[in-house]
Amino acid sequence: MTMLHTVNKSPFEKDSLNSCLRLSKDGSSIILIEDGIYAALEGTVISDSVKDAMKTKKVYALQDDINARGVKGKVMDGVELVDYAGFVTLVTEHDNVQSWV
Amino acid sequence: MSTTKKFLYVNRRAPYGTIYAWESLEVILIGAAFEQDVALAFVDDGVYQLTKGHDTAGIGMKNFSPTYAALGDFEVNKIYIEKESLEARGLTLDDLQHLVWEDEDEDWAEKDSIKVVTSAELADLMGEQDVVLSF
Repeated sequence: MTMLHTVNKSPFEKDSLNSCLRLSKDGSSIILIEDGIYAALEGTVISDSVKDAMKTKKVYALQDDINARGVKGKVMDGVELVDYAGFVTLVTEHDNVQSWV
Repeated sequence: MSTTKKFLYVNRRAPYGTIYAWESLEVILIGAAFEQDVALAFVDDGVYQLTKGHDTAGIGMKNFSPTYAALGDFEVNKIYIEKESLEARGLTLDDLQHLVWEDEDEDWAEKDSIKVVTSAELADLMGEQDVVLSF
């Protein structure tokens, strides 16, 4: 069974991302949305843990949320950007969705 | 008789994900309208409020970031950013808006509003305030 995880909280303010990384299975997908997109950025104190996760999991981020926050030049390699339609497609492609609110 | 107090607004949240940043701006402008001695601090995710180039068209929310550039016109010109918060997020001053104010006493010379301070310096600043408001 394939799972799509959504993370919408800043990794610097809440522990949602860490919990998601710890409790998601290899081969699952994670999409960073809203304030969760800060986890997709290069050069932060949590960049390395996200890079580590990307060895076994696919990480996406919502382009519109990145644009809104003025950080589109800082997205790290390996993170795939999707728009809202792409987000919907991801939901349909996975068996289930788990939201780390 | 009016009394001027030192107000520090402490901003610790990223913009758009919650309403804190926008609400803080509104209260800051109210404080400035009442001619209080206003200073702002941006720490933790609050530093993200000042990043350049916000484009909120895709999320259907108002882009309130241009308002920060207008703060100087309201004599809000003491904007402190915690160095440690910037560094933890891989940010430098170049990633932030260049905020300025015009000094009436020096023939309207344009001066920087933003000052990067260490945690220790910010702790001292917080200790000097009459009122600290947290957002």
